[in-house]
Amino acid sequence: MTDTKKSSIITSSSGGKIGGQTINKSMNRRTALKTLSAGVGAMAGVGALPGMMGCAHASDEPIRIGFQVHRTGIGAAYGRWYDRTTEAVVKRINDEGGINGRPIEIVAEDDGTDPKRGAEVVEKLATKHKCDVAFGTLFSHVVYGSAPRAGELAIPYFVVSEGHHVASGALNRYTLQPGITDVKSQVEAMGPFIKENLGKKVTMIFPDFAFGHDHRDYFSAAFESLGGEILEKIAIPPTETSFSKYFPKIPRETEVVYHVMVGPAVLTFVKELGEFFGPSRPEIFGFIDSLEAVDLSSPGLEFLEGTYFWEGNPRYAQEDQTEFDKAYREAVGVDESGASISDAKDVSTYAHMFGCWETMYVIKAGMEAAGYNGPDDRQKLIEAVESMTEMPHSMEHPQGAKLFNGKTHQVFGHQYISKVTDGKLVLAHTTSIEDTLYEDEVDYTSMSF
Amino acid sequence: MNQAARSVVLHGLVIALLVAMFFVLPEYHSGNLARILVLAVFAMGYNVLFGYTGLLSLGHALFFASGMYGLGLSIQFLSASPMLAIVIGLITAVVVSGVIGFLALRTTGVAFMIVTLMFAQAGFLTVLFFGKYTRGDEGFVIQRAQRILFGVDLSQPLPRYFAALILFAICLCLIAWMVHSRFGKTLVAIRENEERARMLGYDIQRHKLMAVIISGTMSGAAGAAYALLFGYAGASFAAVQYSILPLLYVLLGGAGTTIGPLIGTVFMFYLIDISSEYTDAYLLIAGLALILLTLFAPHGIAGILRKKLAWLP
Repeated sequence: MTDTKKSSIITSSSGGKIGGQTINKSMNRRTALKTLSAGVGAMAGVGALPGMMGCAHASDEPIRIGFQVHRTGIGAAYGRWYDRTTEAVVKRINDEGGINGRPIEIVAEDDGTDPKRGAEVVEKLATKHKCDVAFGTLFSHVVYGSAPRAGELAIPYFVVSEGHHVASGALNRYTLQPGITDVKSQVEAMGPFIKENLGKKVTMIFPDFAFGHDHRDYFSAAFESLGGEILEKIAIPPTETSFSKYFPKIPRETEVVYHVMVGPAVLTFVKELGEFFGPSRPEIFGFIDSLEAVDLSSPGLEFLEGTYFWEGNPRYAQEDQTEFDKAYREAVGVDESGASISDAKDVSTYAHMFGCWETMYVIKAGMEAAGYNGPDDRQKLIEAVESMTEMPHSMEHPQGAKLFNGKTHQVFGHQYISKVTDGKLVLAHTTSIEDTLYEDEVDYTSMSF
Repeated sequence: MNQAARSVVLHGLVIALLVAMFFVLPEYHSGNLARILVLAVFAMGYNVLFGYTGLLSLGHALFFASGMYGLGLSIQFLSASPMLAIVIGLITAVVVSGVIGFLALRTTGVAFMIVTLMFAQAGFLTVLFFGKYTRGDEGFVIQRAQRILFGVDLSQPLPRYFAALILFAICLCLIAWMVHSRFGKTLVAIRENEERARMLGYDIQRHKLMAVIISGTMSGAAGAAYALLFGYAGASFAAVQYSILPLLYVLLGGAGTTIGPLIGTVFMFYLIDISSEYTDAYLLIAGLALILLTLFAPHGIAGILRKKLAWLP
């Protein structure tokens, strides 16, 4: 990573933006950071920084957060918005005085959305760039590929993936997911709403790989335990480009079609589903993962009118929009429709990207609680995060209140269900946090470092 | 010094240099080198078939994945010890490469490329199909405790590096020996003129099948080693790009040379690693480098060296 790219996020303590623009020379960046962090430190010394009083720090050097970002590969659309969200939250935190008086410096490395490269990137962030922590991975296979190296290198690895990998116990003590809920809790929380409002007989259509299998297994188990019935589970191979031949498998008595198709063929999927059912369709419930970064007004998506979607965070600003969402939306450069302020066709991955924002604040809170000074304090940082529980709805957690489970390293939170109304996603239901909880499957705190 | 002695000295020096590198290089680069050595074994396996026998396969991801899943699944579901798992991984690779070789060698040229590609795709989809066991595209982690071989923790930098180096050294010595053996020379004869070799009385199909099995087993050993040393097995390693990568390593380094695959793997690894620091379009840079090399050094980097050192094996 060049200094050009590494230094994409550097902000001054007075709020004047230095980063965001590129600083070309390493010395310029370092000099600027030292100056800025010295200023922040001085302010902290006179108690000018909220939440910073009493936090001694041994160094004015920036805290280096390694950002494992999907800039290329299948996760590039998510990566673009994860990048922007991270830039926004770091600017905000640095404007507020950084972490323990030290500014954050992001060191971003593209992992190509590939698990092999992901592991190499984690290694590079830890051993070459000497980052304090690694952060930001989304795609589950990259997390699986990278987490072992993070554990071996003893670098805290904060993923923003929504995979169940962390809470399942498959990873290690250094891997945490404190900023976004996992797929198991999301899926299980949908059951009561679907059964009460849409129907009791469900047919599931899902991609025939791990993401789809998670939905198949977790939703069907949860739904059947509520007294619902899964009529059919239709797995579609990931290489499929046309879906018409699968739709006749949908039983006639189906009351709800539950779909979680993802990838470039999703528009074809929706279009062909519309052609298959015509005007007399069953209720349809999907996960917005299908349409993240996709404009709902895209041709062929008219069929989705009146259907329901899970959203991690409502893409459209709602009538009762909170002040937190408003400020967060403005900070990350997203308009009321969930698109970029500068380009209405550049639709955000709004249901997921808040995870970067919230995770960064968890890192900040953890480091401050641990009195983090450097890599020697990494275990203290992990323990500090493990001891977290309630995270109130706030600017630090604009998606909603959270409950962190230190044993499973997984956060739990509200889930949103929206209905497509006049081409927009309108919030129809918000689950409680309790709806999303499940039995612990691991206790990472009992593992040694 | 005769050719065989030169070969021994050269390969001995390469191995000695690699031993020294661990103690000289910074942590980041020695970690990279461990990974490169495993991938170089993959490339060396590919080189047996492509460089020495003249068969261009587009299906080596299947062999790599065979070793990887043979090892990984036996640890996951049979609680196999790492040593037993390595053996199972190797046996899996032998069987898979034997079967694929037996079927694919009924074709030649472009058809061989396509058939191997199709088999590899079928293998990739099989991994996804049995997602209940393989965890499909997500893959699964092989935990640290499951990677302790004879009391040595292979997740630690030093054991990992030297485990990779031992595997690399074994494969390098095997290939160096093979090149000078009657078998290796027959493979080269097949590459140069298959009909003439047949007329001279060599059993072409048997030699080709042996080449596929050696090549596939070496690739499988690399896959098993990757899973064991880096703690992860996933379907992406069975995807088509892992059939293309060893071809690129070998083309860059020099097909039909013993040290070419290592050179090509180092070159390609750092080309991606360094160029990705400058641009997101790093694959474009890799592509340009390949085009330039193909134009100006069609025999790869070791091919250039061979012009100066004609004895280079």
